[in-house]
Amino acid sequence: MALQTLWFVLWGLLWAVYFILDGFDFGAGMLRLFLTREETDRRVSLASIGPVWDGNEVWLITAGGATFAAFPGTYASMFSFLYLPMLLILFSLIIRGVSIEYRNKDDSLRWRSIWDLLLALTSFSAPLVLGLGFGNIFQGLRFDSAGYHGSFWQLFNPYGLLTAVFFVLLFLQHGALWLVYKTEGELAARATRWAGVLWFPVLVVAAAFLLYTGFVTRLHDNYLAHPGLVLVPLLAVAALVVVKVFQAQSRALIAFFASCATILFVIATAMVGLFPNLIPSRLDPAANLTIMNSSSGPYTLRLMAVVALVFVPIVVVYQLLVYRFFRSKTMRADVEDAEGGY
Amino acid sequence: MSVAVLSRIQFATVAVFHFLFVPLTLGLTVMTAYMETRYARTGDETFLKMAKYWSRLLLVNFAVGVVTGITLEFQFGMNWAEYSKFVGDIFGAPLAIEATVAFFLESTFIGLWMFSWKRVSRGVHAGIMWVVAGASTLSALWILLANGWMQRPRGYEIVGGRAVLTSFSALLGSPYAWIKFAHVIFAAYTLTAFFIMGISALQLLRGKKEEMFRRSFRIAATFGIVTSVMIIVAGDLSGVQVAKYQPSKLAAMEAQWETKQGADFYLLEMPRAHTEENAIQALAIPGGLSLLAYHDANAVVKGLKDFPPSDRPPVLVTFVAFRLMVALGFLFVLLALVSVILAWRKKLSSHRWFLWIMAIAIVLPYLASELGWVLAEIGRQPWIVYGLLRTQDAVSRNLTPGDVLGSLIAFIVVYGVLAVVDVFLLTKYANKVED
Repeated sequence: MALQTLWFVLWGLLWAVYFILDGFDFGAGMLRLFLTREETDRRVSLASIGPVWDGNEVWLITAGGATFAAFPGTYASMFSFLYLPMLLILFSLIIRGVSIEYRNKDDSLRWRSIWDLLLALTSFSAPLVLGLGFGNIFQGLRFDSAGYHGSFWQLFNPYGLLTAVFFVLLFLQHGALWLVYKTEGELAARATRWAGVLWFPVLVVAAAFLLYTGFVTRLHDNYLAHPGLVLVPLLAVAALVVVKVFQAQSRALIAFFASCATILFVIATAMVGLFPNLIPSRLDPAANLTIMNSSSGPYTLRLMAVVALVFVPIVVVYQLLVYRFFRSKTMRADVEDAEGGY
Repeated sequence: MSVAVLSRIQFATVAVFHFLFVPLTLGLTVMTAYMETRYARTGDETFLKMAKYWSRLLLVNFAVGVVTGITLEFQFGMNWAEYSKFVGDIFGAPLAIEATVAFFLESTFIGLWMFSWKRVSRGVHAGIMWVVAGASTLSALWILLANGWMQRPRGYEIVGGRAVLTSFSALLGSPYAWIKFAHVIFAAYTLTAFFIMGISALQLLRGKKEEMFRRSFRIAATFGIVTSVMIIVAGDLSGVQVAKYQPSKLAAMEAQWETKQGADFYLLEMPRAHTEENAIQALAIPGGLSLLAYHDANAVVKGLKDFPPSDRPPVLVTFVAFRLMVALGFLFVLLALVSVILAWRKKLSSHRWFLWIMAIAIVLPYLASELGWVLAEIGRQPWIVYGLLRTQDAVSRNLTPGDVLGSLIAFIVVYGVLAVVDVFLLTKYANKVED
């Protein structure tokens, strides 16, 4: 396999893992505002993501850093062409992180409700803008060899908006399933109801996304050339069905894993269609940023491949161990006894 | 204003703001880990109280440090796309490695640490904080390896208008970067020592929890005297690197206009840039500048006039930042020395005036650290990569001044609010002493 192809796969994987991990804390961050007004449950829902959200977000930093190192041409264009969306993502993540960490640092109700609101808003805006950005990347940005010709408002086209809504719904469901698995009692019961209901709009929007992708993007080219690849979107749909099956049987952990698989295959569906482009041009296919014309030299690619193949598995292992360490449900008793971090 | 100028102001703003939080994280993780270790070894509850007290301040500080760090990674692509294309092959590597080997570890283990007080033994809990401290330090190393390459590019060749990495070991083994790393780490530890001493001084003045704060003060003072001396050692070595590889920065920071063998160092000096001379120049140390820069009193120092005006950094800012930083550096040694003597002789309480000085002195290492970055980055101008790529050619081409002005204002507003909240919480937790 060519180094560039290996890096394309790693690039797609980093994004997928990022969406799987930050996805559930985005979802939980949004949903907890609607699940309960009761202080202890608010703390429980926050504590369910408290130990892990920061480690989850580093996957974004790594995806960004890997784009910089492996495909600097793509990194430069993606971040500068999408200047305003990137800024919005940045502010969302900044305010979100501080909301999670500062929410319990003062006892006043006003203080806490402001941070709760900010956390919900930014947990919504971050995936919304990420979806908007990726939707526009999938269908191509407005640039040619002379530069970028698009505007911020042009990003709000139907397909971009659909992708944005899809991301938000997918993560809402993902977060609901996480809360079902991590909490108990009334809170878990409400999260279960949300997860049950959310599945239907997720299915509808997922179907619309797949169909629309087939029509307005060039992502179908690879599927037409290699029909066997259709397996990837089929797996995404299958995983989504599995979510419903196990969710209905109250098997929370398996339903959550199926949701992880859904996100993985949704991203894979897009990446398979995108290859070998990283950012297609909507104006001139000759200007497409591809894995060949926007990559680093072979020396850097090889170096970074070694770094990634050695260290990313290590990261995966210790992050899994930390998840295992915190595998028990977050109890009301945990947060009522404020010592110990909750 | 041009996109380049506005982007520079924006980068300066977000970098300076981020670095208000980084050094304290670097130092307080070590201090917390040390206090917890002492607690685990001795079972002395005072060490536990100290660890809890200082780590609460650490966590408030840590949160803003983490979230404002993301901005910097985004900035290169957003505002400096031409730079990113030019150096991505090289500069992207240490950034990506930083995230993979250091930032993951730091973020995952701080989460583990926060929520595991009751779930693991004292020793293991201290160990987790040592991992966080080690990972933060490792993080700083990779960032400074990246910055070190912008200061002194090596191990590359230019292919098709882009810098391409040819030797990772050259990047990794850059003396410039390692010396700078040492300088930054010791500065961070000194800042932390002064932070702990300053707050402890305030608490001692109020007569609160004397034993805990006296002990904190003493530990910080002992730590601080070593680290503040080491800043100067690393700073001197750093100066030699600058002289060797960034002669225009050296000339500007020393306000040396003429090329001279055995150049003198003036204790009192003030440059006047528009007439290309020094307005004030007094109290000479013969051959002092050559000695400082090259460790040889007879060495030749290249003057600013031997650089075309378009290749010179802004002289006044570079000069003032350097002088002030150095003056503060020596002041830190002095203050740390007095602190150590008074703390070990148990005479702190009888020298209230000194406690007041130490309380006020909290801000000084912050100032010195930022001045260090002003010197490093403005002194490198007009280059973004010294000698290779000019800052004005590095900026994103699709941006308008309006775009950047808008984002700059947004950053100032959001960061301003963050600063207020952060100071509110730091003050609150600094005042909150549990019995």
